[in-house]
Amino acid sequence: MALLKMKFNQQRRVRLAQGLWLLSWLALTCGAFVFCLGVYLKTELLRRDEVMDNGEIHVVPNILIMVGLASIGTNWIASRVCQDSLDTSRFPRWKVLLLAWFVVAALVCCLLLTVVVLSYALQGRLEESLKVGLRNGIRFYKDTDVPGRCFQKETIDHLQMEFRCCGNNNFKDWFEVQWVSNRYLDFTSQEVKDRIRSNVDNRYLLDGVPFSCCNPASPRPCLQYHLTDSRAHYNYEYQSEELNLYSRGCRQALTDYYMGLMNSTGPGVLSVILIQMSVLLSMRYLQTAVEGAMALEDPEGESEGYLLEKGVKETYQDVRAKVLNVVKFGQVDPAEEASGAAEGEKTTDTSTEKAATPPPAS
Amino acid sequence: MPFLTVKFNLQKRVKLAQGLWLIYWLSVILGIMIFSLGIFFKIELRKRSEVMDNIESHLVPNLLILVGMLACGLNAFGGKMCHDCLDPMKFSKMKSMLKPFMLLSCGFNILLLLVVLLCFLMQFSIYLTLAEGLKNSIRFYKDTDTPGRCFMKRTLDMTQIEFRCCGNNNFRDWFEVQWISNRYLDMNNDVVKDRVLSNVEGKYLMDSVPFSCCNPGSPRPCIQHHLTNNSVHYDYDHRTEELNIWNRGCREAVFSYYSSIMTSIGVLISADVAGLKYLSTTLETMADPENPECESEGWLLEKGVKETFTDMLAKLKTLGRGNQVQEGENTPEVAT
Repeated sequence: MALLKMKFNQQRRVRLAQGLWLLSWLALTCGAFVFCLGVYLKTELLRRDEVMDNGEIHVVPNILIMVGLASIGTNWIASRVCQDSLDTSRFPRWKVLLLAWFVVAALVCCLLLTVVVLSYALQGRLEESLKVGLRNGIRFYKDTDVPGRCFQKETIDHLQMEFRCCGNNNFKDWFEVQWVSNRYLDFTSQEVKDRIRSNVDNRYLLDGVPFSCCNPASPRPCLQYHLTDSRAHYNYEYQSEELNLYSRGCRQALTDYYMGLMNSTGPGVLSVILIQMSVLLSMRYLQTAVEGAMALEDPEGESEGYLLEKGVKETYQDVRAKVLNVVKFGQVDPAEEASGAAEGEKTTDTSTEKAATPPPAS
Repeated sequence: MPFLTVKFNLQKRVKLAQGLWLIYWLSVILGIMIFSLGIFFKIELRKRSEVMDNIESHLVPNLLILVGMLACGLNAFGGKMCHDCLDPMKFSKMKSMLKPFMLLSCGFNILLLLVVLLCFLMQFSIYLTLAEGLKNSIRFYKDTDTPGRCFMKRTLDMTQIEFRCCGNNNFRDWFEVQWISNRYLDMNNDVVKDRVLSNVEGKYLMDSVPFSCCNPGSPRPCIQHHLTNNSVHYDYDHRTEELNIWNRGCREAVFSYYSSIMTSIGVLISADVAGLKYLSTTLETMADPENPECESEGWLLEKGVKETFTDMLAKLKTLGRGNQVQEGENTPEVAT
């Protein structure tokens, strides 16, 4: 009992081939789109590489790039198959390749689905990576003379200005690190000495933030130092006043940005999955219909196209039996030839017990 | 004596027509590019309109948009003509349109040259408007509570951050204006009173700059206040040290940006005029087959350059004289 059987006469077969040819070119364009999307996402992630701790999130654009290339290849092959499908002399040479093609196309669809799922699932990991990366960036802000870290200051400043954010969670993160290098501190000054002695690690902590936290849209010229001291500035109340710094933390800003990128591409990827699935199904119908027509006496007559030759359950059992046969075949031969080495081939697979051959001597 | 004659047989004519068709479609693409460049330039001018003094500098982008659209239309028509000119039936239909098309193309070339010239000349006017506009912006930086000027601060801050510049000529322009609003000054404070009394106009002047002048690439946290006072900062000498604020003036920075846009547009159009247009008009004049199968001659101008010029002048004079003669005939009736 074939699955989803449909009758195809010659005209319908021709229409199917033409339609599939168009569809496969459309799917090829979609594959190119997915590839470009992957490249763009990867470039954006690489640009902010310095404030990310690990590269786990890179798996999303990597899969997109791979899948894009694979999709371009498979759809191009599909269009070639369509062109040859109505020519009975040229179609048989594709027979062997088609099985592999179906496997690859199914894999492409599965990977695309995985990408959509991953782009939501990895949000937590991205946040973690950004948290650690930004914390290090803020800690090494002052080390402009240490090779390997001398551009941290510029990176963090540009980041805060571009994404309109300050610190990791908020601007108070800057109060907990020394972000002014010792080279610019006057150690003979009483104020500096007081601040250094005020904490265990002898760090020069101050209630100030770098200039890149300043918000240009604020009506007041930027206040960056003595933020917690209401008396240090005129008409300034630390608790109540809306500070003229950016209130958002950079981790939140970056996460929002990347999640926005990946979410906006979600619908596009889903439609690519749909198109790829329809190419797969149409190709199966075309293959079965054309093969059926070639088996007939009259090649121009009516043939049947189906998705699976038998039902789902029977096909599954058939495939399982075939796979086990191959596995069993591989095991029995060496056991007959080398009886002494039978220990290595002993298997716990239940199907070998059903086998007519004697069990290997242990 | 025809000017620059070349002999054409059918084969050469076909090749010529094909080449011309390609050139025309390339010109269409160039026309689209000029159109989009015009739109881009207009948007850029609009973005910075607050730091510019007047609005008439929009002449160049408007002209570019017009020229781009005209180029597309003319060249598409030329391409279609090329496509048809080898078919004698269609060609005889189009023969009448050929001459006005030639004139239009010539006029269009002159317009393109004019646009190129404008691109180079208008840079002066942009320079002047920028100078005036930036001076005003710096003056109105503090007026964030005055309607009409409340976004000046943000615009100027974003401009200084984006173009990596400070002040009009350099950062010292900030020393000459009061850029902190009186709302944030404690008038009872002695320091404030001293500063206000130190100049005739009662302005609170200081040797500081806004935060947007800071250079993120500097290794030191930004020093923006008390720039000329060495004792306030540790290990700091304002005369010898490379300051960690931008040292370029915004007028230079913004002007160089706009002049580079305008120069590249001008160069692009000149390349288009020099390369494609001349070629296409000369070749078009030469593709003039009377007898389709035989050899024919193609020329640039029917007579020599001098003779064509004198001919044209004579024609213009007859046009003018024609009116005069008629007037002369009519005036006796009017005079009486």
